[in-house]
Amino acid sequence: MKLTLKIWRQKNAQDKGAIVEYPIDGIEPDMSFLEMLDVLNDQLINKGDEPVAFDHDCREGICGMCSLFINGEAHGPDRGVTTCQLHMRMFKDGDTIFIEPFRAKAFPVIKDLVVDRSSFDRIQHAGGFISVNTSGNTIDANTIPIDKHDADKAFDAAACIGCGACVATCKNSSAMLFVSAKVSQYALLPQGKVEAVDRVLNMVHQMDLEGFGNCTNTGACEIECPKGISLENIARMNREYLAASLKG
Amino acid sequence: MAQSALLNASILKKVAMALSGLFLITFLALHVSLNLISVFSENVFNEASHFMGYNPLIQFVMQPVLAFGVIFHFVMGFVLTIQNRNARPIGYAKYNGAANASWTSRNMIISGLVILAFLGLHFYDFWFPEIGYKYVAGTAPDATRYYGELVHKFHDPIRTGLYCVSFILLGLHLWHGFSSSLQSMGMHNKYSRFLSKVGYGYAVVVPALFVIIALFHHFNN
Amino acid sequence: MALDSKIPHGPISDKWTNYKDHINLVNPANKRNLDIIVVGTGLAGGSAAATLAELGYNVKAFCFQDSPRRAHSIAAQGGINAAKNYKGDGDSVYRLFYDTVKGGDYRAREANVHRLAEVSTNIIDQCVAQGVPLAREYGGLLDNRSFGGTLVSRTFYAQGQTGQQLLLGAYSAMNRQIGRGKIKMYNRHEMLDLVIVDGKARGIIARNLVTGEIERHSAHAVVIGSGGYGNVFFLSTNAMGSNATAAWKIHKKGAFFANPCYTQIHPTCIPVSGDHQSKLTLMSESLRNDGRIWVPAKLEDAKAIREGKKKATDLAEEDRDYFLERRYPAFGNLVPRDVASRAAKERCDAGFGVNKTGEAVYLDFAAAIKRYGTEEAYVKGLDANDAALVTKLGAEIVKSKYGNLFQMYYKIVDEDPYTTPMMIYPAVHYTMGGTWVDYNLMTTIPGCFSIGESNFSDHGANRLGASALMQGLADGYFVLPYTIGDYLAPDIKMGPISTDLPEFAEAEKNVKDQIDRFINNKGTHSVDYFHKKLGKIMWNKVGMARNEKGLNEAIEEIAALREEFYKEVKVPGTANGLNQELEKATRVADFLELGELFAKDALHRNESCGGHFREEYQTEEGEALRDDENFAYVAAWEYKGKPSDAVLHKEPLVYENIKLVQRSYK
Repeated sequence: MKLTLKIWRQKNAQDKGAIVEYPIDGIEPDMSFLEMLDVLNDQLINKGDEPVAFDHDCREGICGMCSLFINGEAHGPDRGVTTCQLHMRMFKDGDTIFIEPFRAKAFPVIKDLVVDRSSFDRIQHAGGFISVNTSGNTIDANTIPIDKHDADKAFDAAACIGCGACVATCKNSSAMLFVSAKVSQYALLPQGKVEAVDRVLNMVHQMDLEGFGNCTNTGACEIECPKGISLENIARMNREYLAASLKG
Repeated sequence: MAQSALLNASILKKVAMALSGLFLITFLALHVSLNLISVFSENVFNEASHFMGYNPLIQFVMQPVLAFGVIFHFVMGFVLTIQNRNARPIGYAKYNGAANASWTSRNMIISGLVILAFLGLHFYDFWFPEIGYKYVAGTAPDATRYYGELVHKFHDPIRTGLYCVSFILLGLHLWHGFSSSLQSMGMHNKYSRFLSKVGYGYAVVVPALFVIIALFHHFNN
Repeated sequence: MALDSKIPHGPISDKWTNYKDHINLVNPANKRNLDIIVVGTGLAGGSAAATLAELGYNVKAFCFQDSPRRAHSIAAQGGINAAKNYKGDGDSVYRLFYDTVKGGDYRAREANVHRLAEVSTNIIDQCVAQGVPLAREYGGLLDNRSFGGTLVSRTFYAQGQTGQQLLLGAYSAMNRQIGRGKIKMYNRHEMLDLVIVDGKARGIIARNLVTGEIERHSAHAVVIGSGGYGNVFFLSTNAMGSNATAAWKIHKKGAFFANPCYTQIHPTCIPVSGDHQSKLTLMSESLRNDGRIWVPAKLEDAKAIREGKKKATDLAEEDRDYFLERRYPAFGNLVPRDVASRAAKERCDAGFGVNKTGEAVYLDFAAAIKRYGTEEAYVKGLDANDAALVTKLGAEIVKSKYGNLFQMYYKIVDEDPYTTPMMIYPAVHYTMGGTWVDYNLMTTIPGCFSIGESNFSDHGANRLGASALMQGLADGYFVLPYTIGDYLAPDIKMGPISTDLPEFAEAEKNVKDQIDRFINNKGTHSVDYFHKKLGKIMWNKVGMARNEKGLNEAIEEIAALREEFYKEVKVPGTANGLNQELEKATRVADFLELGELFAKDALHRNESCGGHFREEYQTEEGEALRDDENFAYVAAWEYKGKPSDAVLHKEPLVYENIKLVQRSYK
């Protein structure tokens, strides 16, 4: 396959950055998208240029490190996958592919396609936990039975990998899907109910401080989410938040 | 948490947006029913309009509430839109919004602006003359004038056309707005799915009725 | 220096309790005056950082990823073992202990393994209390599944993402402490050296991967939880960034490295598709419950398949060789990981491989689909002779069991595993070897601890499924927090350690020199070029089957490659700022040393056990032949300037509670 890549290059956070065009040849349909970038980088290094910086780690769709906005979509045109699971067979010979970093005020670019998603961490610091110490003397795990449906829903919410595709794809750069996934996970479990009020207030407060946009319920996040996190979580968080505000 | 922070919270803004929207949706139902009367009976329409125009409860309580609702909804709409724009200072070179969200959901500000512009025209046509008639000039009440005024306004094909286009945009606005308001208020279950369907029906029927009424008067007279 | 494992005296089931009752404690007020550095934020590092901070220590945690949540523990699929006996099927601490020692082919330390089995039950309680959504039954109680190598159902799981959920649990515990300021988190930081002051570990030198700054961090103790070294093979199921640098740096500063040759090669991975391949993807072992593994029986068929002239489904039943069922009639496709992997390699080496690289065997679900379909047809009262209907019904059942794995396979390979057999091949998955630690999880450097996959202690020569998560969390939540207190108790009046000490300056200078050397090297090849070459040597000569000749060659080749690397490596860009090639270079430099020690260890161990298979030492049937007489010891290597000069220290393994027997899966 022969492709034209239009990649965002930016030396560092202060640099202005621009799209640079790279022709590339000899790409096989069996390659993953990131392996295609590996090939490009190898060519750049051999030419004496600086390779394109991009985040990646597990390359099996679970660590959430890889990002990339490919041809106008977070994690590219395929559904239910991260960029590292995207394969070149999704593209045609001769295609032009835009590759940009995830964009949001709360995700500043560090270099090229690498962005700083520490805002997500700070939201978690604000309340993404259940306050229980590691004593080894907690009650036996089977003491509290949990409705399987709730447990399954909590799991579905907890499957979030924190990649930031929801923010990147949202026209408002809203982080509601991400935050609501964590709020929902704990809201659905009896262990999490004790701190529910403070948790939702604090996490949403931090989310707002980070400069994410507001949710306008377009549903784009749910569709682009590689783990299929449901919009139902956002509704649940809205509910939790309303209840907490009225209470608190 | 500080109270001021609560009032600034993104979620509460959205809830306020949803509530004001639902309020305006209810008002639309009232408005379309009144207009519909004009198709069937000139006299009943005049009576109903007169009642609305001179009942103190409606004039001095409901009308200000409505005005507040309208202003709140669009001011908040602007505020949220500006905030949302600011949340992504550098945009994408290529953004394929159509891949994952409907046009209506992505362009509420556009359909909203059209509706706002229409409101300007509508006020110019009906509300300002009405205020002038009643409160500025202090003209004596006349319970028979409404139908004639209405018909007169729909004489002009350009105005009728503008009205119809605006109603279509209103339909698009409602299409996303209704189900979105349920989601914003935290409803996401089988009931909200049913209500959303009702909402889609509403988004089609009400604007369609407005259009039919406008065309009716345009062609009938 | 004689190795002292510091195993407490007394009966095995009382050792840990007695130990805890008699160690030194640090009072809460004094914990505030003690700093601990934790490198790595996976299950071991993350759980340790959170627990130590809860106890009151000042923790500084480091990870090279952009968030602690991305550590590679997140990719573990299957589950976590715990001796809860919720199923009432006779499980107990002793049985878990016994299975783990036996599964490790009798090369693990009894006392450590017993402690692991003891605390396993606490892990489940702790995780549930933290809100980890483990799988449940309809009655609301926790569900279990069974895993290879055991006779009981003791594996807790969260769909196929158990590692993710447990790690996010540890991450949430960390978040609570980060929010309280008890953990200072250093994301995108890489430890590049250990600082030793007066014989004790007192800090690290780390590079801020964003700014490129070289930073000094001091502490009263340093904990390494940086994972395994599987990426020495270049291609493995490890994450791209997984590296041995932290573990190797402490080794070079005096921590012995134990049993580097024990590597787990997992049989069910998606095969390599070409030279561009950057990593391998594991598919859960559970597939072998229903899939039948085969290759063509005739060489010409295998060749035709490789050339695309024939398809798997074209081959008649009698033209297929179900080699595991043929060789191991009793266990069939369910033999342990090491046995299944070697058998697949043997067939492919003989020319029967089925993908274009010749390195793949089939994993076929046709029989399972038919079996389930027929059953289902009977249950539903439908026509069990209708082949199309049976296939449809069977495929539905298979989908409900393995749907996500089949989907993953389809996305990667672009072939539908419901209609055409999957292709699989073994891949490097886990390393049982690692820094040598005593019972306290302390390395041979006082004050430097090693936990989780980065130490060697609990899995012996082979790790059982669902035991890695258990060990990581046991070390971090329940073992280290006690043992480190015992070590730190004398330091309570010490006060903060200055980073201006000459030892810090010297370590920093060494790090900077290495970085400058890479940046200024005007080489001709990228880092990956060398890493791939190293991987090829390791895979071909130090991989699934090893022999003396190959190992000797590997040692020479790796040493030569290392020399070439320093001469010819090309690292573009600067050291100031994000430079991913530079990161790779510092990691590969360490792999190039570790690989050699790995081969040296494999060469010295004249026996086959678990993940270490020497062709010279096998039974007549081709099975691993252990030599308990001469090799029932831990091989702990001391660094002496270069890998070839490493000095061997032996820690004898004494089995007081378990009798050593030969494993057989016939």
